Amino acid sequence: MEIRTATVSQINNYIKRVLDSNGILNQIWVKGEISNFKLHYSGHMYITLKDEGSVLKAVMFKSACRGLTFEPKDGMKVLARGRISVYEASGAYQLYIEEMRQDGIGDLYAAFEKMKKRLGAEGLFDERHKQPIPKFPERVGVCTASTGAAVRDIINVITRRYPCCEIILYPTTVQGQGAVESIVSAIEYFNQTSGADVLIVGRGGGSIEDLWAFNEEKVAYAIYNSKIPIISAVGHETDFTIADFVADLRAPTPSAAAEIAVPSSAELHSRINMLSGKLYQSVSRLSQMRRLRLDALKLKSPSEFIGESYLKIDGFLKRLENGAQLKIVNGKKELYKLTGALDALSPLAVMARGFAVAVDDSGSVMKSAADIKQGSEFTLKLCDGDKRCKAID
Amino acid sequence: MKFEEAMAQLEETVKKLDSGSASLEESLELFEKGIKLSKLCQKMLDDAEKRVSVLTSGENGGMEKQTFPDIDEQ
Repeated sequence: MEIRTATVSQINNYIKRVLDSNGILNQIWVKGEISNFKLHYSGHMYITLKDEGSVLKAVMFKSACRGLTFEPKDGMKVLARGRISVYEASGAYQLYIEEMRQDGIGDLYAAFEKMKKRLGAEGLFDERHKQPIPKFPERVGVCTASTGAAVRDIINVITRRYPCCEIILYPTTVQGQGAVESIVSAIEYFNQTSGADVLIVGRGGGSIEDLWAFNEEKVAYAIYNSKIPIISAVGHETDFTIADFVADLRAPTPSAAAEIAVPSSAELHSRINMLSGKLYQSVSRLSQMRRLRLDALKLKSPSEFIGESYLKIDGFLKRLENGAQLKIVNGKKELYKLTGALDALSPLAVMARGFAVAVDDSGSVMKSAADIKQGSEFTLKLCDGDKRCKAID
Repeated sequence: MKFEEAMAQLEETVKKLDSGSASLEESLELFEKGIKLSKLCQKMLDDAEKRVSVLTSGENGGMEKQTFPDIDEQ
């Protein structure tokens, strides 16, 4: 068998083709620790992956680096996915990394997804269980560490926005040992004492391990069982924890949670000013309206009224006078009639024709000649007067 | 009265007065009430006494409120 002769380039090229055609090396996860980490100014990363017995060169191009969720550092245990190929110029094979995760974190992600699925199925994230956040809380309970940026941000925002509100901090361990118990007892404390109208539960940014307590079932149930509405504020905007899904409201950051928890005094002041302005407007508009209506209904002036009354009285008087006059006329007529009748019946009319009546001294009419004694005196009534007489026989 | 209640009453009073359905006497009463409420609300908001407290474990195992150290001093 003839032994071939090849150039360096040819041999490296051949090895590259052999490796590239290998299905296993084409796509593989490599587990190792980062050493000799170097971020080139071009944006590419050069790494040497190692374990106890061996090293492997690796490169991660700028385009792949964009997908990183952490900053690689020497000593970090990672899982890197990519292909093994040869860099012909140096004759070195290396791992071309397309994706890299922190080792161990993968387990956490899986645990997170599993927990999320289970608690979701148990109804902890149900919208119908979410409580409304009060509009004007008098007391805000804060469950976070008593030092650090989170608590400072929360207190600053609340005291600036809504200074009439009381802030009560329950110093809470938010990472590492005892964090779960601490978060749970903080939430329970406020519930047992009815110590706040709304709770902010959270912490500042950190790695997934740092935030892990907020992914624990006990914390999830403490939030779920809280009668006080809870705003979650864990880490940065991009961090999502189980606590965020269970909470009545998720805020992207602790400062944002504070903004959500309290209204702005300045805005309320202007709203109150607007409302009291409206009160003045309404009252002046109403009185204007009433004045117009009053004008329309207004009584005639008193002098006019008096004048009219005079006219009325005159009218009455006239009618009264007319009535009276008629009565007089009628009375007179009646009188004439009656006197006429009287006339006809009167003996005076007969006497006017020449008759006379003799009456004795007692005034009785003497109808018979026998009534008159000889020599007696009596009165003879004539039509125009009386005459004393003496009987001769 | 709580701020929320005072604010709600103020809104209600303004609405009632604005509707114009009240009699003159009622209107004046509403107006007076509204002005009082708005002053009360303003006063409540201006109650700027800094009340930030921190809970610490008390001797009997309960929690005690203490004034939270001033932010600027941290």
